Amino acid sequence: MTASPVLPLKRSCPYAPPAEHLRLQQQEPVARVTLPDGSTAWALSRLEDIRTMLTDPRFSSDRQRDGYPLQPPGRPRAADERPVLIGLDPPEHGEARRAVVGEFTIKRMNAMRPRIQEIVDDCLDAVLAGPRPTDLVPTLALPVPSLVICELLGVPYTDHDFFQSRSANLLHRSTPAQERFAAAQEIREYMATLIAEKAKTPGDDLLSRQLGKGADHRDLAGLGFLLLLAGHETTGNMISLGTMTLLERPEALAALKRDPAVTPQIVEELLRYFTIAEYVTSRIAVEDVEIGGVLIRAGEGVITLANAANRDPAAFTDGDTFDIDRGARHHIAFGFGAHQCLGQNLARVELQIVFDTLFARIPDLRLAVPADELSFKDDSTVYGLHSLPVTW
Amino acid sequence: MRITADLERCVGAGQCVLTEPAVFDQNDDDGTVIVRRATADDDETIRRVREAVHLCPSQALTLTEPGPPR
Repeated sequence: MTASPVLPLKRSCPYAPPAEHLRLQQQEPVARVTLPDGSTAWALSRLEDIRTMLTDPRFSSDRQRDGYPLQPPGRPRAADERPVLIGLDPPEHGEARRAVVGEFTIKRMNAMRPRIQEIVDDCLDAVLAGPRPTDLVPTLALPVPSLVICELLGVPYTDHDFFQSRSANLLHRSTPAQERFAAAQEIREYMATLIAEKAKTPGDDLLSRQLGKGADHRDLAGLGFLLLLAGHETTGNMISLGTMTLLERPEALAALKRDPAVTPQIVEELLRYFTIAEYVTSRIAVEDVEIGGVLIRAGEGVITLANAANRDPAAFTDGDTFDIDRGARHHIAFGFGAHQCLGQNLARVELQIVFDTLFARIPDLRLAVPADELSFKDDSTVYGLHSLPVTW
Repeated sequence: MRITADLERCVGAGQCVLTEPAVFDQNDDDGTVIVRRATADDDETIRRVREAVHLCPSQALTLTEPGPPR
């Protein structure tokens, strides 16, 4: 028996996928891999194979199926826990997504721009009034998406210390099972209480509107939990990684400062380049399916190496190079298929406004420590920076 | 070229609207695609619609040659 690579692997360098992922892409694009619990799964690393898999209904998103890959170890399940959005297959998934996707249309996201701008400006007012150097993670990167998702959902931001700490615990790969379960349970209970209050006194927010449409309280608590978790760390990490990258690449930064019209394409290239939620789009086969000439059998797990796929030479010329002119929108940093990130357009708007505003208001921003001293989230489901010390 | 959308498949990701807002819009209630124009004639519009077809995560869009005149 040949040894198969054990996933998850750490990145080889802060800007690159693990070297083993790239080797697999070249030599074994549909590879047998071993998981921390000793089980095996398939790893896909070519963009086209992943697109094919994620749009094939013979692969399920139901994390409760036996053999679903990369589930947190020893995960106890709450008695009242039901699958929510990311864990649903058709036709339930389509119904659940349609019930909420109207909240995330391009029109709605654009309508939120003025309020997001205010939030970013308020954070930067505080940064500019505060000490130098400062850490941009707790002062800008995390509060912006956190304030935005709290307002959208109708969750009091005053409770942010509570969710941010629990979210980080849930995403950290080495969090012990009991602690993970407790964190999830605490957020779930918090959501249930909040929803009960909103049922009595509705506000102008997503959770209240879902209640108005007759949403089941338990399902809504699950959805609120998912959106709160997804809205916190992901965009926050892209803000810190993106700021670091632009500070290290004067030409890209100059292009951004010169013409805000290029910001959207810079954001797409940053999303492609980091692909921070690399393993999130895993699936389980429910029938035998051939992908890339390999037979994947019913019951076998499939993991997508999305970071490697976003460097796939068949899809991106010279993919290891950060190139703001490449036109990177066909990346799969937000996944692909029916489950593609619900909040992707909110993330785009937040990132565009943050980068435009940050470098306009603090044009001489610079790293306060050498870049090679920065500390990366190598052991989290969502990649990012622990802190980003800057000065000006 | 004829532009069609399969509303059963559409998941409201909005990538078509980001790519070519002159052709695509979204239903305010469920986010599903509204095709504002049934055809694309000029090269630039065809190029953008082709890109929207490629980016659509649920593969709900198609761009086809019109059939022979009846």
